[in-house]
Amino acid sequence: MTKRPDNRKPDEIRPMEAEVGVIEQADGSAMFKVGDTIAMAGVYGPTNVLPRHMEDPEKAIIRSYYDLYPFSVPERKRPGPNRRSVELSMVIKNSVLPSIFLKEYPKTQIELYTNIIQANAGTRCAAISAASLALADAGIAMKDMVSSVAVGHYKDQVVVDINKEEEDIEGATDIPIAYMPRMKKITLLQLDGKLPNKKMKEVIELGIKSCEKVYEVQKNALKKKYQNMGE
Amino acid sequence: MVNKENFKKYVLELYEKNNRPDGRGLLDYREPIIIETGVSKNAEGSALVTIGKTKVICGVKLEVGEPYPDSPDEGTMIVTGEFTAMSSPEFEPGRPGEKAVELARIVDRGIRESGAIDVKKLCIKEGEKVWTVFIDVFVQNHDGNLIDASALSAIAALLDARFPKIEEDGRINYNEHTEKLPINKKPISCTVIKTGDYLITDPNFDEEDVSDARVTVITDEDGIINGMQKGGTAGVTKDEIYKCIEIGLEKAKELRKHL
Repeated sequence: MTKRPDNRKPDEIRPMEAEVGVIEQADGSAMFKVGDTIAMAGVYGPTNVLPRHMEDPEKAIIRSYYDLYPFSVPERKRPGPNRRSVELSMVIKNSVLPSIFLKEYPKTQIELYTNIIQANAGTRCAAISAASLALADAGIAMKDMVSSVAVGHYKDQVVVDINKEEEDIEGATDIPIAYMPRMKKITLLQLDGKLPNKKMKEVIELGIKSCEKVYEVQKNALKKKYQNMGE
Repeated sequence: MVNKENFKKYVLELYEKNNRPDGRGLLDYREPIIIETGVSKNAEGSALVTIGKTKVICGVKLEVGEPYPDSPDEGTMIVTGEFTAMSSPEFEPGRPGEKAVELARIVDRGIRESGAIDVKKLCIKEGEKVWTVFIDVFVQNHDGNLIDASALSAIAALLDARFPKIEEDGRINYNEHTEKLPINKKPISCTVIKTGDYLITDPNFDEEDVSDARVTVITDEDGIINGMQKGGTAGVTKDEIYKCIEIGLEKAKELRKHL
């Protein structure tokens, strides 16, 4: 077994922190930190749909915008959307969508903003975990939380939550996963790299087990807010 | 939703009694004012400024670029400002609008004209290679007075910034940093709003929303004015301008203590 650069065990996620209500102007908001990756999420809505022709008479629509701050990465990213952020905005939306009772809010939109203020791999997963927390904080009717983490594969081993250093290892593969822990449904699965088919089961099992750990951190963040409210 | 007209009447009644919706005096800034530096590790310098509930984050990044032909031995700088849609229901996603561009240009002016950055020390090879300093200001939560909070975050991030290492082959190593950026001055922005006949500093979102005019004064520690911007739709008298400068100088001294 190859040692991980930061000496973590294969199933060890970097230290996590989560907090809700971090953006007072938003209807719901959250910060989710895993290792050196920090994601912020803000939710507005349900509100009227503009332009009107976008509205769905049956259910709410979600608008998702993901972005990296220019200074969040070692080589400055030009401000504004690019192909990567457009795709990630969509996969983040699709990851949280199955958890929301959209039919409770016909003819409305829910805006979901995720911003990365510091990046060290796993930003879409941190953004999804933050987004789901922010939706819950906004009081949107949900059937489950969505918890997310990436599983990695390099040097013939499967490890969870690879950091930038591991991501840059020759032949490293990144498999972001999002999961609804109560419904037991996977809502995001991507793979970038190479993975022998026989390893896939191990990847999924580790991903699900790890998302359940993320779920605990999310639950505690929500509980903490309401405990503090009682004081 | 608060009715704007009624709210304006209400604040004017309070202002007359030297009071405000949150109980502050007319020229008091909100408490606490918090400046946290090093909040984004991949930035050369960063700062999160909190004034009341307003939160602004600024990150400084350095790149090697070419100097301008008329200043071959000087580094360059650029400020961008984004009113993230996350930070307020007022803001829409997309390219920065005119208000965000105005804010970035006001912050830029204060830093540039005060000579806050010693640009000659950003020269690597005259006429060929200089450092470009990117100052990116992102609003996290908009509860008023974004100009002052943004200017404060920019100077705090600059004071926190260190040069990335240039390797022997000329490559920039962003994992290692060397000495601090040469910062000579600490320009501070103070924005005074005018509502009716009253002059107010550090308005929150609702107070700002019903204000008539705005005067921003940026001053350095020597009391030199480095930038001004009159905003809003109403006119101001010359005596009000003089008063704003007086207030600006006074408040800048207080705010500078937080750096």
